[in-house]
Amino acid sequence: MSTAVLPHDEQLRARFSELKPALTAQAAVIEADRCLNCFDAPCTAACPTHIDVPGFIKRIASGNLRGSALRILDANILGASCARVCPVDVLCEGACVLTRQNRKPIQIGQLQRRAMDAFWASGEAVPVAAPGTHKLRVACIGGGPASLACAAELCRQGARATVIERRELPGGLNTYGVAEYKLRAADSVHEVEMIRRLGVEFRCGLEVDSAAALVALEAEFDFIFLGLGLGAMQRLNIPGEDAEGVMNALELIAAYKTGHLRELHGTVVVVGAGNTAIDAANAARRLGADTVYMLYRRSESDMSAFDFEYEHAKQEGVQFLWRRQPVAIGQGEHGRLILETVQAREADGKIEVIPDSQSAIACDLVVPAIGQSPLTQILQELRGVQARDGKIVADRVTGQTGNPRYYAGGDCVNGGREVVDAVAGGKRAARAMLKEAEVAHA
Amino acid sequence: MPDIGVRNFAGGINSPNPFWLASAPPTNTGEMIMRAFDAGWGGGVWKTIGEPITNVTSRYSATDWNGQRIMGFNNIELISDRTVEQNLREMAEVKKRYPKNAVIASLMVASTREAWHEIVTRTEDAGADGLELNFGCPHGMSERGMGSAVGQVPEYAQMITEWVKEKARTPVLVKLTPNISDIRTVARAAKRGGADGLSAINTINSITGIDLDTFVPRPNVDGKSSHGGYCGPAVKPIALNMVQQILADPESTLPLSGIGGIGSWRDAAEFLLLGCGTVQVCTVVMHYGYRIVEDMAEGLDNWMREKGFKTLEDFRGLSLNRVTEWKHLNLNYKIVAHIDEQKCIGCDLCHIACWDGAHQCIHLDRVTGPVDGHLELHRTPAAKESESRASIAETPVTRKERAAAFAPGPYPAPLERISRVDETECVGCNLCSLVCPVDGCITMVQVDTGLKPETWDERTRGAACVPTVGEPAN
Repeated sequence: MSTAVLPHDEQLRARFSELKPALTAQAAVIEADRCLNCFDAPCTAACPTHIDVPGFIKRIASGNLRGSALRILDANILGASCARVCPVDVLCEGACVLTRQNRKPIQIGQLQRRAMDAFWASGEAVPVAAPGTHKLRVACIGGGPASLACAAELCRQGARATVIERRELPGGLNTYGVAEYKLRAADSVHEVEMIRRLGVEFRCGLEVDSAAALVALEAEFDFIFLGLGLGAMQRLNIPGEDAEGVMNALELIAAYKTGHLRELHGTVVVVGAGNTAIDAANAARRLGADTVYMLYRRSESDMSAFDFEYEHAKQEGVQFLWRRQPVAIGQGEHGRLILETVQAREADGKIEVIPDSQSAIACDLVVPAIGQSPLTQILQELRGVQARDGKIVADRVTGQTGNPRYYAGGDCVNGGREVVDAVAGGKRAARAMLKEAEVAHA
Repeated sequence: MPDIGVRNFAGGINSPNPFWLASAPPTNTGEMIMRAFDAGWGGGVWKTIGEPITNVTSRYSATDWNGQRIMGFNNIELISDRTVEQNLREMAEVKKRYPKNAVIASLMVASTREAWHEIVTRTEDAGADGLELNFGCPHGMSERGMGSAVGQVPEYAQMITEWVKEKARTPVLVKLTPNISDIRTVARAAKRGGADGLSAINTINSITGIDLDTFVPRPNVDGKSSHGGYCGPAVKPIALNMVQQILADPESTLPLSGIGGIGSWRDAAEFLLLGCGTVQVCTVVMHYGYRIVEDMAEGLDNWMREKGFKTLEDFRGLSLNRVTEWKHLNLNYKIVAHIDEQKCIGCDLCHIACWDGAHQCIHLDRVTGPVDGHLELHRTPAAKESESRASIAETPVTRKERAAAFAPGPYPAPLERISRVDETECVGCNLCSLVCPVDGCITMVQVDTGLKPETWDERTRGAACVPTVGEPAN
């Protein structure tokens, strides 16, 4: 695995400077000292991976930084990226009891980053059980957080795990899909490198896209973990969508993070109002677009983006066009695009178009960002693994699917949540497989 | 408007307020003391005058706690490094310019009658309003037969006090060291020797800490350290106890200038309530400067106004007789903890403190159903925690999920996190109310036991002193 495809790009660094710079060592201790050290802490309960939050925070306060980092990594091997990308407002920090005393919650995400940064700086490795402690071999399909967490947990317990990723670099959306000002692709790759050192084998650039490929994996491995993520971005299904100058949100984010898109100009229209749509809109601003609109068919109060993301987008200068729907993309002058839109309204919970409300936006880039589609195609290939509504049906606790040799976790099971949810799913599945294997060998 | 002036303390010292700077670096020179008086200090005890010494560097170290600097402070500095002449010349100047402020000379000389007679005469000639005999300095000077070397031997302390009293025309205060098993033994000696008043406490022998990289204790003097004198907020409870011991003992009691961890008007009021006539302050000034006296004077004034006290004498010593021996405490007084559900923030520190540090009477069972009595029927904290860790939590990503996750309940905290006191088991120890981070959330409420007040002394008077059933053995 190499980082050669992630060139060090000063312009990118400057334009996507960190939204939340790291706390200094002393600021972290001061913040850590504020923590009440709650019993059975609500922040820990709110975290899908149940990181012992007061435990790692008090270790920062005492200066036991190695202990702090290992406390985090025990629960969440992607503690470094989660520290940066978790929507802490609705998770640990949202649960902090201090808010009920009209005090600011503890900056848990920032403290977690402090512990993880110190751990990386120390060059220490995560302790693992001797390989072969468990005679178990697992293939994890998909190189995103769910598979990484699953494989890491297996290797830490002494089993063997192989991550199979179709892209050049593992890390999934952590590497290719998170706003660079939150998590740098290079940091995601660094984190994956740490997981590789646990003994996880990576096979990148390898697509598992046929029944034959699965059969081959079944022959090589005891269990198969599906950390497939979601499918491609949803299409708008309007005329002109395949024109040059239309690029979906994930394509845009991956392109700038890998250095393939360095500059934008003019007017960019992002269609959709979720968190990814906001990441794309902010990116467009930072890449140089003068005007960035976000087009949403419903109202402000319906948007699925987190409140803090919405606020951030406004600060970045993104403009919002509510109850507006795209109907066609046409060609304008000088290679520009004309996005035809109509005004919508809601009646009895349904969206209807207001007659004679057409208006056109001349723009340079249209960015569809209306969510990822379910993984219907690949699921048909998997024997005995059931899907419902485009999501793999798996046991909530173990992640086991209809085929007992197949486990699953992350977005392909939960329909698309956060990195931390994927980590939790992958970890639970790993523990369930280890338990299953122990029973089988007992 | 209350009057916070001090009149005729120890038979003749007056000051516009009870706040004196203790003998220490903040009173090193006349220039410093005059700035302190300008800032509002009522009096100052001059940095101990004697044969000039040579100091080392470094000299100080501190104990920080939970993000707060200088919870405790330690020094290995000796007495004044300036000549007697220089100090006394400046003292005369200060007295001339600030006739209303109290200037007390702290003295320490070799243990001969002549040396003491000479320094007393010279100091009083310079205009000192009183003398403070430094029998307390615990480091350095004690190795040379002075300071606490005197203060730890009642006979020496009495003898030197007598020598001083042979010459002194102004009030003589003896400053006591706490580094002794019973501070009253030296207080009594000073009283027998004719002292007009006492100052207590001096600093406590200490090593504040050890550098975990160099393995040298702090303060580091070229790779070695030496025990120092500890002071600052950390020592206040120790000082209050010793002050109470002295003032409650008829053979010890004298007008007392209280010292030890005083950093605010509240601390000062506490020393005055035990009977001190003035207080002396140092560490907080070394931390923040002379300016802190403004709030001390103002705060004391406002508190006196609120309580209806017109002079310091109106409340001085009010709390002294509220301290008694344990055997005179009422065994039939009972309080239990009460949790205000509207104030609880759900940290559950009361629960874990009660289980691991007290008597297992605070439970997290409001949702699962309360169980009073037998400990075995309750879930242990460890069981409760492992249940939480085994639960499945997901990020609330949709608006609906977020609304559900943060839905308001009847109380600010979720009901399952508001702990419940089993009053039948609560021993009323106060621990939960001490750990609770919210003011007024846990209060201790008196319950009627239906029993008449009875002390241990009363219960066992005339009987063999054996614990009765149900009483703790100690």
